[in-house]
Amino acid sequence: MNEVQELKLPSRIESVDVAAIKADEFAKEQGLGDDFVSAIDLAIRESVANAVKHGNKYADEKTVDLTLARTDEGFEITVRDYGTGFAVNDIPDPTNPENLLKASGRGILFMRSFMDVVEWSNHADGGTVVKMIKRQ
Amino acid sequence: MADITISERQAGDVTILDLDGKVTIGEGSVALRSAIRRLLGEGKNKILLNLAGVGYIDSSGIGELVSSFTAVNKEGGTLKLLKLTQKIQDLLAITKLLTVFDVFDDEASALSSYN
Repeated sequence: MNEVQELKLPSRIESVDVAAIKADEFAKEQGLGDDFVSAIDLAIRESVANAVKHGNKYADEKTVDLTLARTDEGFEITVRDYGTGFAVNDIPDPTNPENLLKASGRGILFMRSFMDVVEWSNHADGGTVVKMIKRQ
Repeated sequence: MADITISERQAGDVTILDLDGKVTIGEGSVALRSAIRRLLGEGKNKILLNLAGVGYIDSSGIGELVSSFTAVNKEGGTLKLLKLTQKIQDLLAITKLLTVFDVFDDEASALSSYN
């Protein structure tokens, strides 16, 4: 049976910890192992931080909507913000030599490194949705 | 409880910062930035970051390590890393930053490398 948990979080940095703690608890309830939980934790932290900072730009009236789902395939996470969107292909590769000493821009690399699927889409009612799957 | 505790030790002209906790977006990253700025302000620019007690780091924390490295270099100093956990080592490998930082497993070797 698939289990789902949904959360609406304020656009604050504290929401990163809240989301990660909820995801850890949920993943452990589903009997997932430490390495699996650790990968989910990092992906959640990076995606929620991006939604708060770059998507919602810390706006009080906007939430970050998080869905956690245990599926037959593994573990699925969606994070929605209410921002104006972005083109993922425009994000510079942080591993290029000219970008190595930049202070930011590594979050998406981490999400892609630790999850099996990472996809972005525009929500019909506005905002960006990132969907990530970790397969078992 | 604070995300991170940073303790300072001196070994000759090298300042060792022992980090204990999380270097993540928010408090952990800000604490590291403040500590590095303070040392540079005091003219201490040979800095060794002991990361043995860092149980968790995210992209913001990795970015803060890079910012610290460039800030210390700019002041003519050197910042090196000591005792990476496996997790941090993995993240530095993914980001290709192992090619940027001098990394040591034991303190004595790290300290002698400054001479």
